[in-house]
Amino acid sequence: MRQRAGLGTALAVVAFLTFFLGPFFWQVLTSLWPDGELTRSWPSHLTLESYVSVLWGRPFLRVVLNSLVVAALTTVFCLVIGSAAAFALAKLEFRGKGLLLSAALAVSMFPPIATVSPLYLILRAVGLRDSLVGLALPYATFAMPLTLWVLTSFFRQLPDELYRAARVDGCTPFQAFRRVLLPLAAPGLATTAILVFIFAWNEFLFALTFLTTPEKRTVPVAISLFASEYREPWGEIAAASVVATLPLVVLTVLFQRRIVSGLTAGAVKE
Amino acid sequence: MTVGPGRARGSLERERRQAYWLVAPAVLVLAAVALYPILAAVWLSLHRFILVFGERRFVGLGNYAYLLGDARFWSALGNTAYFTVVAVGVELLLAVPLALLLQRAFPGRGLLRAAVLVPWAIPTVVSARLWAWMFNPDYGLINRLLLGSDINWLGAPGYALHAAILVDVWKTTPFVALLVLAGLQGIPEDLYKAARVDGASPWRTFRSITLPLLKPALLLAVLFRSLDAFRVFDAIYVLTEGGPANTTETLSIYAYKTLMRSGDFGYGSTLSVATFLCVVVLAAVWLRLLGRQEEAR
Repeated sequence: MRQRAGLGTALAVVAFLTFFLGPFFWQVLTSLWPDGELTRSWPSHLTLESYVSVLWGRPFLRVVLNSLVVAALTTVFCLVIGSAAAFALAKLEFRGKGLLLSAALAVSMFPPIATVSPLYLILRAVGLRDSLVGLALPYATFAMPLTLWVLTSFFRQLPDELYRAARVDGCTPFQAFRRVLLPLAAPGLATTAILVFIFAWNEFLFALTFLTTPEKRTVPVAISLFASEYREPWGEIAAASVVATLPLVVLTVLFQRRIVSGLTAGAVKE
Repeated sequence: MTVGPGRARGSLERERRQAYWLVAPAVLVLAAVALYPILAAVWLSLHRFILVFGERRFVGLGNYAYLLGDARFWSALGNTAYFTVVAVGVELLLAVPLALLLQRAFPGRGLLRAAVLVPWAIPTVVSARLWAWMFNPDYGLINRLLLGSDINWLGAPGYALHAAILVDVWKTTPFVALLVLAGLQGIPEDLYKAARVDGASPWRTFRSITLPLLKPALLLAVLFRSLDAFRVFDAIYVLTEGGPANTTETLSIYAYKTLMRSGDFGYGSTLSVATFLCVVVLAAVWLRLLGRQEEAR
């Protein structure tokens, strides 16, 4: 009986692992498969050809750099604005608190497509349409709800006494935030940074709509357009995908505990 | 502490003022880049507005009248609804056993927990590309495994939408499982002990204890996921661009094509607003159900 339960667990684990990791490994294998042999059932040898042609034959490193810039800008923007607001939401008394949190929740439910046409016109009017900075602005907005929820729940976990003690010692609320609570919220900031970075790195619709210059494309846009430019270069697509994904996979595996706590903090608490 | 009442009130006043300064940037950003565009989209949807011609005139509810008779809109709505219901349904069916598995202690649990996050972290565009290659009718892994199969997964109506659902299931089941797992961890261990003492079978325990107590977490997961699935864009755009014969065209795809390919900002905005209204209705229904759940407790 015990034996059978163990076997059942093992089978389930193998099934889930195959389903979730199989496609990823197939992608890695495809990226190492010699270009002319994709029609064969098995490669005769493995090669880094596809990586060489993606990284040096195409402006792909430029694209990766673009994505890094947008994701970093978004993350910094979200952390600076979001941490101040989250601190106030968690520790200070003011009217409209509930309203702000509900508004943030509502924004997180917006379908991005509903904001595309006005944002396109606004960004065009201020000359930021085809620019990475212009892209970071909507990104930060759509990542703001997540930022507020995760950081507010982190600030709430810090004892109120810390804040009150800082106030008694003569700090203004802002100084108490900057000097006492913000350093203690570092783990929360790290969690939020990872989640926001991944969101910005992966976003597609806005990047596809607003960026028109090929040199400004981000990773998802470049990968989506790979095929339409030449014949279907499956090996190169696979190589580019691995390059674009590996940093995220490593980040995720390293920080899985933080990510899980962040994802569920926003959802389950409250 | 010898702080007079006057000074205490002054300090509270100051606290409130600083609180407003601290939240102001976040409020401003949310208002300017999320709330204002929604209102602006509603306003645009009342116009005939072709970007390239610079043509722009007020037509009142004209676009909405056209929308009601637009067969392509109804088919997109149908596709979106089908995608949402089937994808979220399958995700729940997979996520509950996965969460139960992740809750148990067994060698390799850390590995499984990290592994399930991999599809979640991969950009949707990349995962759609990866699956498009697996669905390739000639050399794709799926037809290789189904020896002799030559099904054109992404090119055949009837198959294509299901292929897109599979991609969504692969990517988001982990997230659902994590929400369910958080719910599972909130169930008191004592209840299971009591059930064991009473000699309840595992299935009976699951049905009478786990499932009812998991209901709020499940409802929450369904709320998040269905709103998310309803705005599906990335995966379908990369897999099929809405084809074959518009059988995978969802509301977001149709709106995007109208806006960016035809440059029709009036009717495109109408489609965007319609998508938004559907999401609002969906959210209202789910929140109501969740609220009732809370009251019942």
